[in-house]
Amino acid sequence: MQLAVNIAVLASIYALICCGYVLIYRVSRVLSLAHGELMMLGAYGLYATASLFGGHPLIAVVAACVLAATVGIAVYLALMWRMTGESVLAAVLATIALGILLRGAMILVFGTQTQYPLRDLGWTNASVPVGDARISAAGLALILATAAVYGGLFAFLHGTRWGIRMRAAGQHPLLAAQRGVGLHGVYALAWGLAALTGGMAGMLIACDAGLEGTLVIIGLKAFPAALVGGLDSLAGALVGSLVVAAAEVLLIHYVDPLLSDVVPFVLLLAMLAVRPWGLFGTREELDRV
Amino acid sequence: MSGYFRVRYADDFALLNTRTRKAWFGLLAAGLCVYPFVSGPLWLDLANQVLLGSIGAVGLMLLTGYAGQISLGHAGLLAAGAFTTGILFKEFAAPMWLTLPASAAVGASLGLLFGLPSLRLRGLYLAVSTLALHFIVIFLGGEYETRRGFSTGIVIDAPLSSPRGWYFTLFFAAAVTVLLALNLLRSRTGRAWRAIHGREAVAEALGISVPRAKLSAFVVSSTLTAVAGCLFAYYRGFVSAEAFSLYLTIQYVAMIIIGGMGSLLGAVLGTVFVVLFPYVIDAAMALLGLSERLSSVVFAVNYSAFGLVMILFLVFEPQGLVGLWRRVQNWFLLWPFKQRPLAK
Repeated sequence: MQLAVNIAVLASIYALICCGYVLIYRVSRVLSLAHGELMMLGAYGLYATASLFGGHPLIAVVAACVLAATVGIAVYLALMWRMTGESVLAAVLATIALGILLRGAMILVFGTQTQYPLRDLGWTNASVPVGDARISAAGLALILATAAVYGGLFAFLHGTRWGIRMRAAGQHPLLAAQRGVGLHGVYALAWGLAALTGGMAGMLIACDAGLEGTLVIIGLKAFPAALVGGLDSLAGALVGSLVVAAAEVLLIHYVDPLLSDVVPFVLLLAMLAVRPWGLFGTREELDRV
Repeated sequence: MSGYFRVRYADDFALLNTRTRKAWFGLLAAGLCVYPFVSGPLWLDLANQVLLGSIGAVGLMLLTGYAGQISLGHAGLLAAGAFTTGILFKEFAAPMWLTLPASAAVGASLGLLFGLPSLRLRGLYLAVSTLALHFIVIFLGGEYETRRGFSTGIVIDAPLSSPRGWYFTLFFAAAVTVLLALNLLRSRTGRAWRAIHGREAVAEALGISVPRAKLSAFVVSSTLTAVAGCLFAYYRGFVSAEAFSLYLTIQYVAMIIIGGMGSLLGAVLGTVFVVLFPYVIDAAMALLGLSERLSSVVFAVNYSAFGLVMILFLVFEPQGLVGLWRRVQNWFLLWPFKQRPLAK
């Protein structure tokens, strides 16, 4: 039972991070390798607002979310719009460079100490019994947040005008632009949403386990989950996260705890060998002369 | 009659054709030979790092800059070479003439393995699969360290200790690498690599076996990289999995970006830039009087400055240092005009 709970928590961590990868890739065909850093920046945002709005934890959380989304939009406006239409390699490298820049800047601003934003908010991480297992309050919040984010994204993408524009831009950017969809606006929104969801994941993980440099590695480990599910499918990201989390938790429990860092990548390789476009992804078009 | 004419086939094959070029090259070679006798220990170490790095950078340039296959597993390949050397040294006390070919062989077979996904995957997916292989290689190396009780790393005795000796060894290795790459690039293999970079479907229609060209690019690149890893292990005298982080891959990728894609000169210039960069930052901090305040976070300053420089190059000068150099060259060549005249 405890294993099932662990799998659920890890899967929702991965799923919450993954939807950033999926959103950006689906809309603009760019793979953001700076997602781990954006996630950490979101967590540091919470840490900053928690000390700013000392007595009002809810305001602090909302402010941190707004901050995270703003950062995402700012990243697009400052850097990534120049990479629109460039080669795949250039765009990926730009996000890698952005990642290093952000990592260095965060250490310069916030230091290398482990921070506990939850304590600054004045909340405690109580442990909640579920059947004969236990789950931390932050873990429970993670699962709920993931469910809410995926539900909200689904409704947004299918029900609202901007959501439909986003899907159109992802399907055929040139056609969408000619029909009056402002691509830069749509891409900026995708980056904002990705940074928001990634930031939320970062905040919740920081609340659960403390805020330190290893957060970036979790961000990178979530990426195989997105690919296993299919890089351009949100439902796929959910399933992929579940598969990767289950494999990771079970292997750690039954085989060797040191495997934790490689299991997602081994799964990723296996998936790439068998079905490169993932479980639910769409097949890329063939190359034409 | 004056001018430069090619009257024999040998002239066509010559790497250095005109007398001026030969003279300049002779001057460069002489300068590089004198260098270790006039420079201090720090500058000698830097030169050694550049020579070592340029072997790996040329390897990556062949793969990414010429054959167009994106690889984010470069640190993994370096680690493979270094760990092969370390393990052979520790377990069998193997000498260098044994570990070097062994590293090359491991590199070649890993290159085949790294290259296999490239037969089905392109662009982004390929980058991701090489990234995954990087993590697996590093994991295996770390696993060996912990299982055998070298948890902090493997210590290796270098066959030569004088920095000058190292300089000439590495100089020789780098020169051989560059020569090999130059000749490969103007042979059928190199032309096939450029063709698949341009467009795979067309290359295939021209009679190039795409899988073969891709795999050969991966194998050549990984062999060079693994050899660089072996030399790295001896030069440092120390192998540990922590030394081969993702940041090392990023540094190598930065070398070929900052140097300029699709140019061997670019690979070398980029290596010089990346190796000297931390020292320049250090000097700049000392000049601004920030060294004491930032002494505990020097690496963070390096990270952010490095990221910033990479972004600036990607956005403003995608052709890298070589592009800058060519622009300066053209400015003088064409002066007072701005562009080449249209074809007559």
